[in-house]
Amino acid sequence: MKLDAKIPDGPIEQKWSNHRFHLKLVNPANKRKYTIIVVGTGLAGASASASLAELGYNVLAFSYHESPRRAHSIAAQGGINAPKNYSNDGDSIRRLFYDTVKGGDYRSREANVYRLAEVSGSIIDQCVAQGVPFARDYAGYLDNRSFGGAQVARTFYARGQTGQQLLLGAYSALCRQMDMGKVRFFPRREMIDLVVVDGQARGIVARNMVNGILESYTADAVVLATGGYGNVFFLSTNAKASNATAVWRAHKKGALFANPCFTQIHPTCIPQSGQYQSKLTLMSESLRNDGRIWVPKKKGDTRRPEDIPENERDYYLERLYPSFGNLVPRDVASRRAKEMCDQGYGVGPTKLAVYLDFSDAIKRLGRQVIEERYGNLFDMYHEITAEDPYKTPMRIYPAVHYTMGGLWVDYNLMSTIPGLYVIGEANFSDHGANRLGASALMQGLADGYFILPYTIGDYLASHSFKPVKTDHAEFKKAEQETEKSIKKLMAIDGKKTVDEFHRELGAIMWDHVGMARNRRGLKKALEMIPALREEFWKNVRVTGSDLDLNVELEKAGRVADFLELGELLARDALHREESCGGHFREEHQTPEGEAKRNDAKFSYVAAWEYQGPKRTATLNKEPLKFEVVKPSQRSYK
Amino acid sequence: MNITLKIWRQRNRETEGRFETYEMKDVSPDMSFLEMLDVLNINLIKKGQDPVAFDHDCREGICGSCGMMINGRAHGPGRGAATCELRMRKFQDGDVVTVEPWRAAAFPVIKDLVVDRSAFDRIMQAGGYVSAKTGGVPDGNAILIPKPIADEAMDAASCIGCGACVAACPNSSAMLFVAAKVSQFALLPQGQPERKTRALRMVEQMDKEGFGNCSNNYACEAECPKKISVMHIARLNREFIKAKVF
Repeated sequence: MKLDAKIPDGPIEQKWSNHRFHLKLVNPANKRKYTIIVVGTGLAGASASASLAELGYNVLAFSYHESPRRAHSIAAQGGINAPKNYSNDGDSIRRLFYDTVKGGDYRSREANVYRLAEVSGSIIDQCVAQGVPFARDYAGYLDNRSFGGAQVARTFYARGQTGQQLLLGAYSALCRQMDMGKVRFFPRREMIDLVVVDGQARGIVARNMVNGILESYTADAVVLATGGYGNVFFLSTNAKASNATAVWRAHKKGALFANPCFTQIHPTCIPQSGQYQSKLTLMSESLRNDGRIWVPKKKGDTRRPEDIPENERDYYLERLYPSFGNLVPRDVASRRAKEMCDQGYGVGPTKLAVYLDFSDAIKRLGRQVIEERYGNLFDMYHEITAEDPYKTPMRIYPAVHYTMGGLWVDYNLMSTIPGLYVIGEANFSDHGANRLGASALMQGLADGYFILPYTIGDYLASHSFKPVKTDHAEFKKAEQETEKSIKKLMAIDGKKTVDEFHRELGAIMWDHVGMARNRRGLKKALEMIPALREEFWKNVRVTGSDLDLNVELEKAGRVADFLELGELLARDALHREESCGGHFREEHQTPEGEAKRNDAKFSYVAAWEYQGPKRTATLNKEPLKFEVVKPSQRSYK
Repeated sequence: MNITLKIWRQRNRETEGRFETYEMKDVSPDMSFLEMLDVLNINLIKKGQDPVAFDHDCREGICGSCGMMINGRAHGPGRGAATCELRMRKFQDGDVVTVEPWRAAAFPVIKDLVVDRSAFDRIMQAGGYVSAKTGGVPDGNAILIPKPIADEAMDAASCIGCGACVAACPNSSAMLFVAAKVSQFALLPQGQPERKTRALRMVEQMDKEGFGNCSNNYACEAECPKKISVMHIARLNREFIKAKVF
């Protein structure tokens, strides 16, 4: 397949404005004649639904949650970036663009990243106008803090609940459109299949999760805003229900899946405490503004942290990276933490943790300032571990957090299926091989408020749409196949629960496709995953009825998809014989243990094409051209 | 430790519910309450029984999905935490723990511990927003908001919409939920143009959904996982009266 990213011509600063001028418009009076389906109502989906409805389109919005406010965007803690230069520290659109391309280890598309940096300032203005209570100083101006991978303070925040406040802002805009009847919201619906008619995305089949009935919906375009696939690892900071079913089923209908191996491991999470562990909890990256990371200099030191004198501590990030210190990007901080633990310097009962210490900051700024900045995070840590981080350092360890990979999209955010758009974490486009902190909220809202509403109009205005009803053969076929697959899951009546399979898959992924990968491990994973998948379809047990609220059935469908996606992830990781960002291949590292890219061979987007159940996906390449930022070895020293 | 659970089981809205008793052995004090329910569910599935349905998602106290009455208290023992943040170390070996769904006419049971909270969404649709369309808004620093005002608005805005306030209230009132939103926007300059209609419409919708009125019991504040103050209810009352009378 020939991939055309449709990157506009011209200098990078003018691409987006030129492109917007050339996009075809839908006459205001004609917009109400079009219906758009939006699946997922987190930051990207809610902002897109509201903005599209404001323009006059009819929007059908779907969520597997009871309310848009439950989406996992709500859990983002630290903040959102924008190059407002309010801090007067030399920030600019170009600098945010540069930091993001460099932070992504030169595996993202320059034009997309520039546009992201360009529109991000408007996001802050928009959120303020919605009544988002961002942190402010005593004069009433917006406050900023620093995040990893940047040397300027450009992160806007609302305590440690920025994601919550931004989501509630987008949700309120969505509520307004629901009030006006322009958006119809369908709660507790899970998209099970995408329906393609005459080569265009024309609708979805969704399962009503309360009564189990399959429902079909038609539209002129479909937008997926369904988040990432981090839960393929079972233990991650993602919410329990976060899943890849919508994007995976779209992939099977012809949408290419790009860079699945680009997964992000977040350095500061609360370590696992036992076998029953159901998920991991993130401690915001913002903590690295004031917290110092260290391990004892002596291996296997069992003293309490407060008993270890200053000269027997190794503040390894400050030692290795004097200019960025504790604020190196996430991939670097995670790898160094793993390395310290692998070498025997880990702390805590499992020895899989490092300290994040606030005692210096408390001495310098006083407890009250720290409480104001991070109070809710400290409370959360205390609640989970029964330790008081005001008195003793936090113990942290890396955990799966975000996926940079996702469905391939062109500059217009359209996938390889005409009329199917993918926004937010579900697409692959802006973060390359590693996402910088406070950039996920930025990208979700950029896509939803300021990019998709323009680009989708061009598609609608330049195509004709034959009327399609839900009794169309393609809808009937999708419903029947879904029904068959549900009945099959219910009928297996095996011995193992869905969660047991999911945990096993997660262990394979973490051990062999996790923070550090090598050829042998990846090959092993590529044998183990298909074997586990085969066992799943023979031995899983789903109780209850499919015509009821049935959580086990919901989970079974999602895990079945993870068992396929996990294999593609491992295949992609095996094929990419280089290290870049979050993808670290042990065979490819510099003498200092940093990621070693191979630009001559791998400066491309790997977009995988589904070939059928028993066949291996084929690789398509979109070459990456760097016209503005010259790729170099990333250095945070 | 060992725990005896008495859990409300109800197949759907139409059927009658009942308590079922389950014995949990070797519960670790570091486990979360929901992880203990996960273990119970695995045991039930292995025995071919229907697992206990309960809403949950982020499991870090911010999405507002989880919520159950544990020994008669919304989100269980302790203050300022959602059910998912509750750890088993709050219980003793041999405890009998009763688990029920939120009980309120406006929150009908869907299954077991899962209730329908869509009434909250409908209240939000009745004015729980600032009508700022995408685009065409001023710079974020164009309107200054003093820190104490921004902070107080943030206190109100931290509501997670879990419904504990309703469940804890003897009158099943949603006043704290409504007040949190009305108060946030009444404090901020952006909320001023629609200040009156917002207070009137949201209260009207709240009544229509069948929530009771505030009887100054303050159980809502005591059980709120985000510790939202009843002071916001005072502000809601003031906003409502001002909108109605002046």
